Amino acid sequence: MDLVANLAQGFATAATPSNLLLCFVGCFIGTLVGVLPGVGPIATIAMLMPLTYKFDPTGAIIMLAGIYYGAQYGGSTTAILINVPGESSSVVTALDGHAMAKTGRAGAALGIAAIGSFAAGTVATVFIALLGVPMTKLALLFGPADYFALMVLGLALAVMLARGPVLKALIMIVVGVLLSTIGQDAETSDERLTLGIESLADGIDFAVLAMGVFGVAEIIRNLESVEKRDVLKAKIGKLLPTIAELRQSFWPIARGTGLGSILGILPGNGATLAPFASYTLEKKLADDPTRFGKGAIEGVAGPESANNAGAQTSFVPLLTLGIPPNAVMALLVGAMTIHGVIPGPQVMTKNSELFWGLIASMWVGNLMLLVINLPLIGLWVRLLKVPYRILFPSIILFCCIGIYSINNNPDDVLAIGAASIFGYVIIKLGFEPAPMLLGFVLGKLMEEKLRQALGISRGSFYVFLERPIALALLIGAVIIVFVAVLPMVRKRREEAFQE
Amino acid sequence: MGFTRRAAMIGAIAATTAILPNWAVAQSNFPTKPITLIVPAAAGGPTDTVARLIAESMTKTLGQTVIVENVGGAGGTIGMGRVAKSAPDGYTIAVWHIAHATAPALYENLKYNVVQDFDHLGRITDVPMTLVSKESLPTKNLKELLHWIRTDKEKVTYGHAGIGSAAHLCMLILMNDLRVQLKGISYRGTGPAMNDLLGGQFDIMCDQTTNTTNQIKDGKIKGYAVTTKTKVNSVPNLPPLNTELKGFEVSAWHAMWAPKGLPKDVSAKLVAALQAALKDPKVVERFASLGTEPVDPKQVTPDALRTHLSIEVQRWGDVIKRAGVKGN
Repeated sequence: MDLVANLAQGFATAATPSNLLLCFVGCFIGTLVGVLPGVGPIATIAMLMPLTYKFDPTGAIIMLAGIYYGAQYGGSTTAILINVPGESSSVVTALDGHAMAKTGRAGAALGIAAIGSFAAGTVATVFIALLGVPMTKLALLFGPADYFALMVLGLALAVMLARGPVLKALIMIVVGVLLSTIGQDAETSDERLTLGIESLADGIDFAVLAMGVFGVAEIIRNLESVEKRDVLKAKIGKLLPTIAELRQSFWPIARGTGLGSILGILPGNGATLAPFASYTLEKKLADDPTRFGKGAIEGVAGPESANNAGAQTSFVPLLTLGIPPNAVMALLVGAMTIHGVIPGPQVMTKNSELFWGLIASMWVGNLMLLVINLPLIGLWVRLLKVPYRILFPSIILFCCIGIYSINNNPDDVLAIGAASIFGYVIIKLGFEPAPMLLGFVLGKLMEEKLRQALGISRGSFYVFLERPIALALLIGAVIIVFVAVLPMVRKRREEAFQE
Repeated sequence: MGFTRRAAMIGAIAATTAILPNWAVAQSNFPTKPITLIVPAAAGGPTDTVARLIAESMTKTLGQTVIVENVGGAGGTIGMGRVAKSAPDGYTIAVWHIAHATAPALYENLKYNVVQDFDHLGRITDVPMTLVSKESLPTKNLKELLHWIRTDKEKVTYGHAGIGSAAHLCMLILMNDLRVQLKGISYRGTGPAMNDLLGGQFDIMCDQTTNTTNQIKDGKIKGYAVTTKTKVNSVPNLPPLNTELKGFEVSAWHAMWAPKGLPKDVSAKLVAALQAALKDPKVVERFASLGTEPVDPKQVTPDALRTHLSIEVQRWGDVIKRAGVKGN
């Protein structure tokens, strides 16, 4: 069978010593930044990207991907132990995970999080492998109009999934799209919105924006609050959950994996929704919903699996359609492009080694993460005790060095400063920066596809109504926006995020 | 602590690369840090493929990594504009093609002079182009295709890699010879355009053999003709376009440039490394499998490139003026 042969090729690629090492390094760094507050995978990947120039593309992408899913593991560690979700995706884990920790079952919570994530990772690996080929075929049916509609759908989803008021999320997306139009017009090279500033002629650098808004601005915000981290005093306890706990977690893990795998494929960062959806589902299905929030193991097992499955399947739109579903994937577009791989349907045929190697490396990486996280848990706990006043200057310093080393351009360092002030202001005003970044990422692609679609149709907007795929996607987008603003759903949504 | 040690290491590497450039120029032991090779087109396109092969070989010769950076858009003028503005220290070079010669005619407010603002290092290839169509087009041969273009000219769409790209210029001459105006769709490079041709989103494209040979052989697109005077070995059953359109000849050539004013020794080292790359058996072999070959070694010199470029600037300037095309 093709699938087996493909996966065999993938494992052969992933198992070379250098790729194993890169995978390990990626997972290790990922766990590290997941544990540390203030640096997420976005800033880290942006910073480390220049270091991967010298690797071969497969190794480079394997390492960067490892950082991404590794961070999901690390994020849950802090969520459980100190009630601080290191990653936004671990917010849900903190609810019951930390409650378990307070009753002396931290070990079991960490254990089930890791086991659930591993199980989800394994299933998601097979899922991507199964889906890869049909998706690539589907991609060939996609014309520019369909891509444009798909991205509109992605942005609509991002509005719905963003925290806070719908209007604010919408504004952020529009701001992101507008920011992406700064710089030279790709067809005519006329300068747009550059205010005559020369360094804006090439547009705003994505890495600068990501590091400023997600890295530095987040640090400023963290500094506002008095440092108070209640690192768990109680014992962590046994890492292996009991048989009863395992049995209790089995179906939540299975359901979470399914939910996460499907949501992860959606454009517009559907993966972030996965843990929330899983938590809500488990609470609904539970015999005694009141246990949730007080240390129910299902409330850790389900969301953690969903989270990890979603993180992995979000590679599908990137590798098969060439559309990044979230900011991390957008960075990977950059990384792949630097290495001469154009994300899109041709990755599988032209760079099959990379495609299957990456998929296989995710499974290998998940296995490594079990090792990195469980036996080394003590190391991460100790890391949590490093005072923030020592951590944050180093993080800022590395951001500056990182961005400078990308282009050797001092302007970029200044630009980070500007981006972080901008980021801090929008955070203070209650806007969430994530949808803006997605708008920024998709904005350029959308413009390009829109112009191509209108070129092919000779200027007729009917092309979006005549093509069934485009029409269906656009209708989907309209429904999503409509649903998001419905008062009832809006209330439910706010409740869900509040939990 | 794990974090600080690892981070310090990353910092040290980054800091080293940051400090070195200033010494490098002064001591002339060029190169002492990675060299950025700008390709003013999307990754995966034909120019990118050529550039990466050259970069790999030059990395071996120079002992420093030559990193390819893709700066696409606006017919390559964004990327070449960046090169023109860069410091002439040899750490920023570019591989670009025929579009460099057409930029002055296409872009009235071009911010650089294509001849005077660059150091011309040497020509790399002379790549034949092929006229191809989507697989579902019913036309069977060149004659039928040209007939269809003439009769259905209102419907025909063609893809190209931006105004002034080789793919666009080839179509300009074709449209000029057929006396038709077709609708062009602009992409970031012929790599992304090929994706859409494979999906049948537009009808025809004129693209370098580097990008089309495999797809034609796999039957995923249709090949009709080559743009050179004679047949091309990698696609032996395609006739030259001049069998139908007299005097038709276009080839996409690649060359290497640097910002104006490189120190002499740096320039010499780069030219030598380029010449070595074109003799590198691995490069020659890969070029052959891509349907291209290095130019005559006599062409791989700064003077030859300068002369060639001046002639092409003149020739294309006329064609473009006649066609009335403008980039902005």
